[in-house]
Amino acid sequence: MSDAPREAWITGIGIVSCLGEGTDAHWQKLMAAEPAADSTTFAPFVVHPLPPINFDAQIAKKGDQRQMENWQRIGTYAAGLALDSAGVKGKPEILSHMDMIVAAGGGERDLKVDSAVLSGMPGAANPAAFLNERLMGDLRPTLFLAQLSNLLAGNISIVHGVTGSSRTFMGEEAAGVDAVRIALSRIAAGQSDIALVGGAHNGERADLLMLYEFGHYALKDKLTPVWQRDGDHAGFALGSLGAFLVIEAREHAEARGAKPLARLTTVLSDRSNRQPGTAVQSLTRLWDKIKTRLKAGHAAVLSGATGALPATSDERTFLQSQVTKDGLAVRATGTYLGHGLEPQFPMNVALAVVVLNHGSLFPPCDATGLEQPMTGAVDQVVVTSVGHWRGEGLALVERVS
Amino acid sequence: MTSGTGSFDGKDKFGRPIVVVTGLGVVTSLGAGKIDNWAKLSAGNSGIRSITRFATDGLRTRIAGTIDFLGPATSTAALAETFADLAAKEAIEESGLGTPGHFPGPLFVAVPPIEVEWSQRIEVSNHAGANDQVTYADLLRVSGQFPAYHDRFMFGSVADHIADRFGTQGSPISLSTACASGASAIQLGVEAIRRGDTDAALCIGTDGSINPEAMIRFSLLSALSTSNDDPQAASKPFAKNRDGFVMAEGAGALVLESYTSAKARGAKILGVLEGCGEMADSFHRTRSSPDGKPIIGCIASGIKDAGLSPDDIDYVNAHGTGTPENDKMEYLGVSTVFGERMKTVPISSNKSMIGHTLSAAGAIEAVFSLLTLQHQRIPPTINYLEDPLIPLDVVPGVARDVRMRHAISNSFGFGGQNVSLVLGLEPAA
Repeated sequence: MSDAPREAWITGIGIVSCLGEGTDAHWQKLMAAEPAADSTTFAPFVVHPLPPINFDAQIAKKGDQRQMENWQRIGTYAAGLALDSAGVKGKPEILSHMDMIVAAGGGERDLKVDSAVLSGMPGAANPAAFLNERLMGDLRPTLFLAQLSNLLAGNISIVHGVTGSSRTFMGEEAAGVDAVRIALSRIAAGQSDIALVGGAHNGERADLLMLYEFGHYALKDKLTPVWQRDGDHAGFALGSLGAFLVIEAREHAEARGAKPLARLTTVLSDRSNRQPGTAVQSLTRLWDKIKTRLKAGHAAVLSGATGALPATSDERTFLQSQVTKDGLAVRATGTYLGHGLEPQFPMNVALAVVVLNHGSLFPPCDATGLEQPMTGAVDQVVVTSVGHWRGEGLALVERVS
Repeated sequence: MTSGTGSFDGKDKFGRPIVVVTGLGVVTSLGAGKIDNWAKLSAGNSGIRSITRFATDGLRTRIAGTIDFLGPATSTAALAETFADLAAKEAIEESGLGTPGHFPGPLFVAVPPIEVEWSQRIEVSNHAGANDQVTYADLLRVSGQFPAYHDRFMFGSVADHIADRFGTQGSPISLSTACASGASAIQLGVEAIRRGDTDAALCIGTDGSINPEAMIRFSLLSALSTSNDDPQAASKPFAKNRDGFVMAEGAGALVLESYTSAKARGAKILGVLEGCGEMADSFHRTRSSPDGKPIIGCIASGIKDAGLSPDDIDYVNAHGTGTPENDKMEYLGVSTVFGERMKTVPISSNKSMIGHTLSAAGAIEAVFSLLTLQHQRIPPTINYLEDPLIPLDVVPGVARDVRMRHAISNSFGFGGQNVSLVLGLEPAA
């Protein structure tokens, strides 16, 4: 393990979101600079819904689809896209030693059962017995398997045959950052050759809206770009999205003739306790570790800003003091995607790859002026993550010349 | 345990830093702390009891290994945090590593599902004051009045609390591999030290899932024992009359450290994390591949990662849940890897006494495996009635003194996630 760290390439990406499926759909929507969202279905809450998806294309068996809730279908689908993109789909000789790290929260509840229990509770002679009786009678036996965080990974093993190892990280945005970080660390150190990393989120869920509305984080009434969210109109619009990356040791990729989409150079994470100023300090410490590697005029920042306060205003403070003063352009993808918590960071790493492959940045979408036009070629993208509650992270993704 | 040059340099035979254990902490339904737990475990006591925490009317299973001696339970999240806190404190104090509020390494913690539960949902519903039909629209109208529930029910909240309290470094990782979670937390720590990312790591598995919905979920999958009438006899791994696992709570914590770091500061070495094996199963969401390949591969890769051969393993700390399926598959796994020798290799299940502590099990059972090596005494499998289809030496009923150097602890989870840890005694320098 004393050898020099091994270079890691991203050789596959699979993405699906409200912007559509795959890299071209995402690039076109980002270039059009016309973010859209649904502010009526869950009114007053704003969400970024997924367009209809033909799940059959990646999850062949209807029986498998029936065993999943939507967050798992989205993730298993995106994982299939990533495996296709890397050219390893259906290749057991590779999938059997492929390591998997999934970032996930919990799955969908049965809202009808919840509603029926809550409705019947006031009139129940014995509320505790009533609760037991209804849950025993009304919960689908397999629903639990659609709710367990680690069962997205389980479904990917079953549907796509990824069986080298399987780990699931929880913990909101930080889970996504650390999933990518640990996968890269293991590859760099020679503990792993190829990894499937990512996650999925169904944002069209009233039970999740409740969880985030507890903390006043759910965006209401209308969509605005994340940097413009302020005062009474702050928070994030939940987004439905799935994102997976295939990350691979360079020599492993070369041995099988795979081409790099980009180099994953560095992933860093930390946790500040979010007392005033601590998130800015944390981000600055992480930035200090990568800033000397950036080439002036050829680097851009893809921000994972959520629109939640003070996380997003802290990130703005950091960006203004460290990043935009040096002329680096910033884009917040959350304006378009909404916020998908755990998979947001893998999604933004994937979008960094999309930007690098086009060699240029999409236009600004921000009336506050933080996002500025950039005309030059982009060779390096820094991805940020500032969790709405905890967790700070950065990645450096680079063009392989 | 020597390098290729023959001189002892704190590296294993693969040139990786040797990972040792310098602190252990545990809480289960048997009690808090290693001393109490070991006394009861080696005496063959059971921590399983009838549930009194909530009404069990209408439930098929009314028993569990609850921890009731630490005060009332408000949520799984709060319980998991309390247990993790207690186990971590014991482990860190024993290790003597760091200073109060500063632990010089990262945190890896296996946690159960952290979710809003019925008591909160009912509270919000009552507050909404809806007539007749209560919908989520009603709940959402008043949700903003419960700000504390956001922080409590973030999945990362347990890890965040532990990181704050003990001052672990960097971003804490919360993880799940279902019933293998606790072992995966340890594996992540081992890997971080082997990479040279850190000299130490705090690894915890914790679970406090005994609530009505969590029990009903497992019950609906027909996974739980329904032997309600004699709770202490309900958990019967490898027994002919086994009828499911018994849900239980607890936490296990380990301070892992590089051998070099532990030696340099004169720490007492409690054991060695010699190897980790894993292999995912692609067969089914709740059942193992019938050919046992993933389990066999998992056990074999753990032994290989330790640089050992199956003949070196003196004791198997079984996953041994007491479900008909698990114990049959685990028998297939160990009898394939160890061959004829399995007739004489002792294999026991701590779960016969403490129940299945789910996300905590891999960590708790790693702690117990290390205590087993330390004491050179194997805790028994209680409630055993021989099953001729899976003949094993389960150390039935009574603890046994055996000379042991290496043990393997198995954890197999729903979703096909399998981990085996190989543990040993301090290497001779």
